[in-house]
Amino acid sequence: MSIASTTQQICFLVLSATTVVGSLGVVLLPNIVYSAFLLGGVFLSVAGLYLLLNASFVAAAQILVYVGAVNVLILFAIMLVNKQETLAAIPGLLVRRLLSGAVCAGLFALLLRVAFTTNWALPGPPPVGEEATIRIGEHLFTDYLLPFELASVLLLMAMIGAIVLARRDVFSTDVITGEPADQGLIEKDRTPLLIEKSAPAPTLLSKP
Amino acid sequence: MSTDLASPIPLEAFLSVAAMLFCVGVWGLINSRNAVRVLMSIELMLNAVNINLMAFSDYLDGQLIRGQVFAIFVITVAAAEAAVGLAILLSLYRNRETVDMERFNLLRW
Repeated sequence: MSIASTTQQICFLVLSATTVVGSLGVVLLPNIVYSAFLLGGVFLSVAGLYLLLNASFVAAAQILVYVGAVNVLILFAIMLVNKQETLAAIPGLLVRRLLSGAVCAGLFALLLRVAFTTNWALPGPPPVGEEATIRIGEHLFTDYLLPFELASVLLLMAMIGAIVLARRDVFSTDVITGEPADQGLIEKDRTPLLIEKSAPAPTLLSKP
Repeated sequence: MSTDLASPIPLEAFLSVAAMLFCVGVWGLINSRNAVRVLMSIELMLNAVNINLMAFSDYLDGQLIRGQVFAIFVITVAAAEAAVGLAILLSLYRNRETVDMERFNLLRW
């Protein structure tokens, strides 16, 4: 970075404070819509931290993928499942929260100890700075070519999987007779996955 | 492009922010009742790991920036995970009519 040291430090302080406070808000706020928007703020400030670390390409990818895609996807999911329900009380919820908070604080202390007691090999080689995008491109098409191609296959699989999972099953009807035509869906409807224990198990004969 | 070799921000500062983000994500993952919030906590943890990777890439591996390449792969996998996770959530909501994590206990015991 070619900006002054004090400016960098102020930027780091502001960005890290936004990240930490925003993440606490994501976890603690009761309204989940506020949580989702705060999550977008956390993603943006993490992208700012990447800019401080001489990684403009990854910062742009972070904004495009996280803020542009993942956050919007989460907002759509909230809108699709937004049913106001009163959650049933669970015995010992406060104890559970305090206990897991203690465990997380212990993990935080452990991570801090590791970060501050390890002798990092500083100063390392000088950072490449603005040439980072060129280096990433070279890496992706030489020594990381196979993971790169695998990532494309993974994205295709995830896309098809998401479509199959989220698809609403529609009975297609026969054009001439008007009868349901998709035999697989008819069988699936007769034997539901989640059978209520009180209801009798449906049989093939009980349905027309 | 840096004129001075010593960066004004120590490496440990970035590691501390990442550790804090990761611990908040773990706490949210354990304690959230809403399934969407669980997915958000997972995203927070992935971001914490990414900050670590980028910090190490800049401070310790400045010439071959392998940490940035890894971060790009992590972002890709996180996008795929979010898509599949939210699709599973939608299908779950269609079957159970709830997003309460405490009631998704069909495979428990």
